[in-house]
Amino acid sequence: MSIQAAGEEVKVIVFQIMDKEYAIPVHQVRAIEKVLHLTRVPRTVPFIKGVINLRGVITPIIDLRSRFELEETVYTESTRIIIVSMEDMEVGIIVDAANDVIDIPAIDIEPQPEVVGTAEAEYISGVAKVEKRLLILVNLEKVLKHEQGRESIGMEG
Amino acid sequence: MDMNQYLEVFIDESKEHLQTCSEQLLELEKSPSDLAIVNEIFRSAHTLKGMSATMGYEDLAKLTHEMENVLDAIRNQKIVLGSEIFDVIFQAVDDLEAMVMSIAEGGDGKRDVSRVVGQLQLIETGESSPISIVKLETAATAAPVNQTDIKSSYDEFELTVLQQSKEQGFESYEITVGLREDCLLKAARVYMVFEVLEKVGEVIKSTPSAEALEEEQFDQEFTVTVITKESSSDLQKKIMKVSEVQKAEISAIDLDKLRFRADEGVVGSTIIAPEAAEEKPEMLQPQEEMKKKTSTARQANNKTIRVNIERLDILMNLFEELVIDRGRLEQISRDLNNQELDETVERMSRISGDLQNIILNMRMMPVDTVFNRFPKMVRTLARDLNKKINLDIIGAETELDRTVIDEIGDPLVHLLRNAIDHGVETPEVRLADGKSEEGTVVLRAYHSGNHVFIEITDDGAGVSRDRVLKKALGNGIISEQMAAALTDKQVYELLFASGFSTAETISGVSGRGVGLDVVKNTIESLGGSISINSTEGEGSTFLIQLPLTLSIISVMLVEIQREKFAIPLSSIIETAIIRKQEIMYAHNQQVIDFRGKVLPLLFLKDIFEVPVFEEEDEFLSIVIVRKGDKMAGLAVDSFIGQQEIVLKSLGNYLSYAFAISGATILGDGQVALIVDCNALIK
Repeated sequence: MSIQAAGEEVKVIVFQIMDKEYAIPVHQVRAIEKVLHLTRVPRTVPFIKGVINLRGVITPIIDLRSRFELEETVYTESTRIIIVSMEDMEVGIIVDAANDVIDIPAIDIEPQPEVVGTAEAEYISGVAKVEKRLLILVNLEKVLKHEQGRESIGMEG
Repeated sequence: MDMNQYLEVFIDESKEHLQTCSEQLLELEKSPSDLAIVNEIFRSAHTLKGMSATMGYEDLAKLTHEMENVLDAIRNQKIVLGSEIFDVIFQAVDDLEAMVMSIAEGGDGKRDVSRVVGQLQLIETGESSPISIVKLETAATAAPVNQTDIKSSYDEFELTVLQQSKEQGFESYEITVGLREDCLLKAARVYMVFEVLEKVGEVIKSTPSAEALEEEQFDQEFTVTVITKESSSDLQKKIMKVSEVQKAEISAIDLDKLRFRADEGVVGSTIIAPEAAEEKPEMLQPQEEMKKKTSTARQANNKTIRVNIERLDILMNLFEELVIDRGRLEQISRDLNNQELDETVERMSRISGDLQNIILNMRMMPVDTVFNRFPKMVRTLARDLNKKINLDIIGAETELDRTVIDEIGDPLVHLLRNAIDHGVETPEVRLADGKSEEGTVVLRAYHSGNHVFIEITDDGAGVSRDRVLKKALGNGIISEQMAAALTDKQVYELLFASGFSTAETISGVSGRGVGLDVVKNTIESLGGSISINSTEGEGSTFLIQLPLTLSIISVMLVEIQREKFAIPLSSIIETAIIRKQEIMYAHNQQVIDFRGKVLPLLFLKDIFEVPVFEEEDEFLSIVIVRKGDKMAGLAVDSFIGQQEIVLKSLGNYLSYAFAISGATILGDGQVALIVDCNALIK
């Protein structure tokens, strides 16, 4: 994500995982859905939970808790799937709740703190303090990326 | 004028004309004295020239122009065809193709054609000084004739027709129709004028020819000759009613004057005329035939339309949505159990089934669209390798879904190159082996059941078991012990292993680092399979099996615990229910006895790591599937039933999932994965 010029604002979707608030830019989001019937895809990476039928399109689903190597929970009424699009792919991301769209002044976005030391650290592109909330900006590109090696072996084999 | 709207048509038609050129050139090479073929090529080249000049592709026009000159000289027997002339013309066609491709890919179609143009000019001028003089002379003699008020010239046949119609009380008129300068759809206007005329009489001649008119190869004017009982003023009024027609000049044809002219031109035509009058019934026939010919030609034109492939794709996508909803409706009506609803849904299912057949048929294309480029390729290859090869194409009319057509080209090119490079021997070796000097490669396509088969057979050296084994051992694909135990068939299968290439010297033709394994992967990704059969010294056959269509397939839905999977019917031999006690063990592998054969039994539950909720009962449901001639039993919990489903990909993100070839949306809106049986059977 590029850092915007001063004075500009970034519109983000805010979502929760384990009491923390995360944000992704709204232009990367296609839709927010309640949890639909998930079809498990066997023998793929653990954080890919399966695929759903999103209005006729088969869409793969990632569990962000699992991706951040956090404890997984059962899905509740507030669990949401955020459909994001990157390059030519659409992928759904399972989060605990998603309920806010806010504008963050670009100037308030700080680069990711150096020392974090958790699995989620590598998926973060920065943090922003808006009023009293701390929003963690997620780097989608890194979240979606999974072992390309396995993929390419599969294609050849 | 903005040409973009015509670009697509231009590209399509140019490709067609180039295809005709190369096909006819190959024909001509076989029978160089057949001038009808030269005419055919000339026509294509001429049309291409006209089109490219209109579209502003100068290099294209320049090259076709030179080619046309040479062809014209050949046509007039001013140049004797030799192999070097063929080479140059082939080269020219290659260049033209490259230019058209470049235009199709959004380029400007520019290319340095000066060398080929130079060569063509050389051929032309080699003997052309006398030609040009002859041409001038004929032009000189033709000139005064054209000065009379009658614009078209008629041959004997046409004169006879005119004569006869006059005897029967018809009047003959020559009509010069002028279109407005800003007229866009000239061909359409021409068509409308012809239609008007054909209602009241018979068009016997047009200048330019009807074909040229259809292709809009005229400026603003064209001349037609009609025989009719209408008066000239009525005719004029009728023609002027066609919009964008600016003028219609009608002049009655004076037969005596024409006859006189014809006498000058063709000695002895007067003798024919009286005879013709006597043989009226017979002479009427050709007229009738001509009538038929023009009308059938017109009908054929009316019966096909060009539709952009994208539109067909959209139609297909929409229909796929419909199929999904159809499944949903069927399920709802089953649940509700309302008779009226049942009947309606059943009717809708039937209709949509018919619709599905029609849409799938519309997307079918003859494999010829892929095959047609092979003769030229084989010719070039054979020349490069100094081999003599005859390519036989059988069943080019066999139809396949265009998604398959799009993908099958490259694998076929690869296999053909392979057959020519590694298969067929050089003429010397062939003669020494007691074979005919010329090798034969047969490319055959045919339908069988729900599949299309494509065979590539050569009568070359065949696959050498020893060489393949040596190579496989060298590459570490197999071990010494394995090598001895392999059957011939298994040895040939090694050719498809990745990292394998038998050619000892890497030639430019095949063996560019991509092996047969890529071919195999492409074909399998299309849901097909490939196998090889070979006899050393006698040749090899590659057999490709392809599904007719990729988008809608029949599957057997099965349930494993709480998950549903779809198994393509094309892989299923049959289903069975067995007792658990019937499972046997052989080398740690569970097997079952199926009609006297021992089949490995695979538990999909384990393979797909399905979470277990319920204990299984004493009976097992088995789906017997096959891949080639190998079979296996897949154990599932229960069968749900057979269903037509729309194949969907898992998307770019999940481009690979083990033993899953795609997904589909079921009647209840859930996603079911489609089992890839090819990946399960090794």
